Amino acid sequence: MAHGFLIHFQPDDVGVAVRDLSKGEQVEGVYMDNDSSITITLVSDVPLGHKVALRDMPEGHMCVEYGEIIGRITQPVKQGEHVHTHNIKSARWA
Amino acid sequence: MAETATFLGYRRKNGSVATRNYVAIIPVDDLSNTAVEGVAKLIQGTIALPHPYGRLQFGDDLDLHFRTMIGTGANPNVAAAVVIGIEPNWTKIITDGIAKTGKPVVGLSIERYGDIETIARAAKIAKEFVQEASEAQREVIPVRDAVFSMKCGESDTTSGLASNPALGVAVDWLIEQGATVMFGETSEITGAEHIIARRMATPELREKYMRVHNAYQQFIKDTGFDLLGSQPTQGNIRGGLSTIEEKALGNIQKTGTKPVIGVLEPAEAPGDEHGLYFMDTSSAAAEAVTLWAAAGSVFHFFTTGQGNIVGNPIIPVMKISANPLTVRTMSEHIDVDLTGLLTRELTLPQAGEKINAMMLRIASGRRAAAEVLGHREFVLTKLYRSA
Repeated sequence: MAHGFLIHFQPDDVGVAVRDLSKGEQVEGVYMDNDSSITITLVSDVPLGHKVALRDMPEGHMCVEYGEIIGRITQPVKQGEHVHTHNIKSARWA
Repeated sequence: MAETATFLGYRRKNGSVATRNYVAIIPVDDLSNTAVEGVAKLIQGTIALPHPYGRLQFGDDLDLHFRTMIGTGANPNVAAAVVIGIEPNWTKIITDGIAKTGKPVVGLSIERYGDIETIARAAKIAKEFVQEASEAQREVIPVRDAVFSMKCGESDTTSGLASNPALGVAVDWLIEQGATVMFGETSEITGAEHIIARRMATPELREKYMRVHNAYQQFIKDTGFDLLGSQPTQGNIRGGLSTIEEKALGNIQKTGTKPVIGVLEPAEAPGDEHGLYFMDTSSAAAEAVTLWAAAGSVFHFFTTGQGNIVGNPIIPVMKISANPLTVRTMSEHIDVDLTGLLTRELTLPQAGEKINAMMLRIASGRRAAAEVLGHREFVLTKLYRSA
């Protein structure tokens, strides 16, 4: 497979790695809603199933996946960076 | 409308349909586990359902205990049941509840007999029940007559990306066939409750659902804690899920797109109308599956990311996964491999068909992985401590 991550919907801020991705790698992601694609360069390792940032996000940004808010960004995130519990928190039980 | 799909199942006297054909030996309480297990050791073809509760429960918690035990015995997959309790009164409540289905059921109590005589009496009855049940024949049954349930567990992002949306396709098809399907996991829908609320068929149901959801949120608040340490679980986080909202949005993919036509209490059987139902359940796998089985589910769909291995003693639990690591390292637990969704070699409609093709085989008698591996988790939901 050519792609390294999948994205649910166009408005999403993050994609999901479908294999282990390595820092420095140029990787193609495919939008599942319309089959279009995007290529980004990884700035950190992203393991299979983990999220990769599709764009820079400032602290406090409400991060979108599935076209819906999945939490608040707690420190600035760069495009191509691993997004997980170290830089995103629930906006519900915070 | 698709052509009517069928499987080979058992039709019971009251019209309900089954995928399995068990004789259950059911304890009313913890004290009766030894006798129940004694009977199951003596009589081949019976299944014991030991559990840790049934004494000094009261109020809603006692009601739920009775509803769960009666519902388990009443499940169509149970051909006949022997109920054993320490004393006759609560034993009679459960026995009479099961008897309403018209299936053979006998209740015995231990006081004034002791374990040994109780086991001997129960074993003689169970032996007759097994021989009678063993003559039941599978017949062609429309899928629409069956009751299904579904849950995801040890979820990760592959669940929300692949196995859950595929199950959503399969569930839409089941509803179009006219079947009844239950989902639940009250806590796990936090962050996506507005989407489920919109799917409720009527304003009254929407209100009822939000009442259940809010009562649950209040219950957590009243404990003085939050669920941040438990939801997402450590397994979820390892798999890439970061927040409860993300988990919830992935979770609800499996519910498909049909309207929700009922909001059920824990272990409450769905009404006569076929369709999609929400049940107020824990998100813990064994507890939730036990509640759905008690509500009459005869087949459970279970999607997993990191590899939840749960089973149930009376209903087949079919495992579906799209995580290539899990499918490779835990292959013996997985019934349906959907890793092709991540590589885009499989489309969602194809994945939905794959799920239902295996469902029809397992419903018709093929043993699910969890059954072959001996997973028989029977776990009662307890609402609060006993008196």
